[in-house]
Amino acid sequence: MLLIPCPFCGARSESEFIYGGPVRAARPDPNVVSDADWVDYLTVVPNPLGPVQEHWWHARGCGEWLTIWRDTRTHDIVEAPDEIE
Amino acid sequence: MQKYSLFSLARNALSGHRNWPLAWRSPPLKDRYDVVVIGAGGHGLATAYYLAKEFGVINIAVLERGWLGGGNIARNTVTIRSNYMRDASIPFYVKSVAMYEGLTRELNFNMMHSKRTMVDVVQTWPKLRELRRRQLVMDIYGSTYEQITTAELRRRIPALTGGGPEARLPVICGMVHTDAGVNRHDAVAWGYARAADAMGVEIHQQTAVHSLLRGAQGAIEGVATSRGTVRANKVVVAVSGHTTTLTETAGLRLPLRTMNLTAFVSEPVQPLIDVIVNCPDSGFYFSQSDKGEMVIGGAPDMGQSFRRDIKQHVFEDTVSAMLSLFPRFKKLKLLRQWGGHLDIAHDASPIMDQTEVPGLFVTAGWWGGYKAIPAGGLTLAHLVAKGAPHPLMAAFTLDRFRHLDFVMEAGTTTAR
Ligand SMILES: Cc1cc2nc3c(=O)[nH]c(=O)nc-3n(C[C@H](O)[C@H](O)[C@H](O)COP(=O)(O)OP(=O)(O)OC[C@H]3O[C@@H](n4cnc5c(N)ncnc54)[C@H](O)[C@@H]3O)c2cc1C
Ligand SMILES: [Zn+2]
Repeated sequence: MLLIPCPFCGARSESEFIYGGPVRAARPDPNVVSDADWVDYLTVVPNPLGPVQEHWWHARGCGEWLTIWRDTRTHDIVEAPDEIE
Repeated sequence: MQKYSLFSLARNALSGHRNWPLAWRSPPLKDRYDVVVIGAGGHGLATAYYLAKEFGVINIAVLERGWLGGGNIARNTVTIRSNYMRDASIPFYVKSVAMYEGLTRELNFNMMHSKRTMVDVVQTWPKLRELRRRQLVMDIYGSTYEQITTAELRRRIPALTGGGPEARLPVICGMVHTDAGVNRHDAVAWGYARAADAMGVEIHQQTAVHSLLRGAQGAIEGVATSRGTVRANKVVVAVSGHTTTLTETAGLRLPLRTMNLTAFVSEPVQPLIDVIVNCPDSGFYFSQSDKGEMVIGGAPDMGQSFRRDIKQHVFEDTVSAMLSLFPRFKKLKLLRQWGGHLDIAHDASPIMDQTEVPGLFVTAGWWGGYKAIPAGGLTLAHLVAKGAPHPLMAAFTLDRFRHLDFVMEAGTTTAR
């Protein structure tokens, strides 16, 4: 069970949240990007052995949406990796 | 290969079972093969077997990080079925189910196959509409789906005492998929391994592949392993949840995410349920093993995960869903729980293809891919040997993403 930090409610149990999917790059203009980049945007998410950035919804709490970085090997909620900042 | 038969059993019994030959060899690792298959799970072993058997490709090494058959194949709940949604999927799974039914003979290994029917317990109208839509397409390809009343459902599954008119989600009806069955997962891995080995395929356990090696022209050249470099002009990645970990070493980006899926079993009890029970609206399914254990699976952990354990709240959600329909199961003692990590493609259909790296093949996205092992192995072997996709899997290549022409099976994989 994760303890997810909600900006309003503090650390709360995962069972109060609904997973909202990986954070994706900004949606490009399909008329401008190449076909390959458009397909990449639509279908590919990073799948590392390590930190991923994802949305969570505090649905059974205050209703806030938030994003966290979480390690896919340990479930630890971690700091944003350096190269991303 | 010594044929397993009543005769060989009797002969080996007379010598106190001390003289059974090893089921497969452990030969020295060479530095070059025609084909390297990474991963001795169901798909890797079946691909090697059909390459040898159907296409005469013998000089193959299957490289396995751990032990043969110790990956997700050892962690799955062995539901074999063909009730999918799309025209591209259903004939593929129909073929795979049929191949499983003949596999004991094909491999001379007892698969303990039990064609026992899957029954869906339907509790919402949108689910019923979805299953009826599937039924229309399945009918074209001879896969069976039939609606039964709640009374008939409760007659067939007497332990289903919850979901009455007062429940939050009352049972509406059942859907019966008579083609479904279960078998023995170890037998599948060991049977393919033994038969492939007998034709000359080498299986190397404790041999982890660290990266894929590309030549100056970009084509695949071999793999770097924990036991040195092994060269081959054709490399098949059949590593289930770790596909992207490996394909990234060749600079590929694939539309796959890895997620954790879990199961648990109860203590053995008397025969109670003779079908696979699937409760898609409540989010769990189970069957009773030959030993009498209830083998129970639930919803996946939704975020990406490379873990092999089970999260407490996933476990609790599954148990409470089960008790709402099967309150008597409260008395069952649970013996073991575990998880696996599986990759799932953007549209939830498998990916079998030669990648943009010439000579590099992947078989991936096997979310619920145990049922697909025979047809997956056969059709991938066809692609590797002939360079052109087998008609049954032509829709599962990477082209569908390039053209945004998905084979959308999201949602139909919930029963695994
Ligand atoms: C809890 C659970 C329940 C399931 N239930 C069902 C079900 O009821 N029906 C169904 O059809 N499917 C089910 N599945 C899915 C099924 O188990 C998988 O789709 C299938 O086993 C995947 O194919 P495989 O057998 O080739 O994978 P695996 O058995 O995982 O084989 C991959 C192999 O590759 C090896 N490997 C990985 N990386 C490397 C490397 N770098 N070098 C060398 N070797 C490597 C691994 O050690 C492993 O042995 C379930 C899965 C789980 C986890
Ligand atoms: Zn909150």
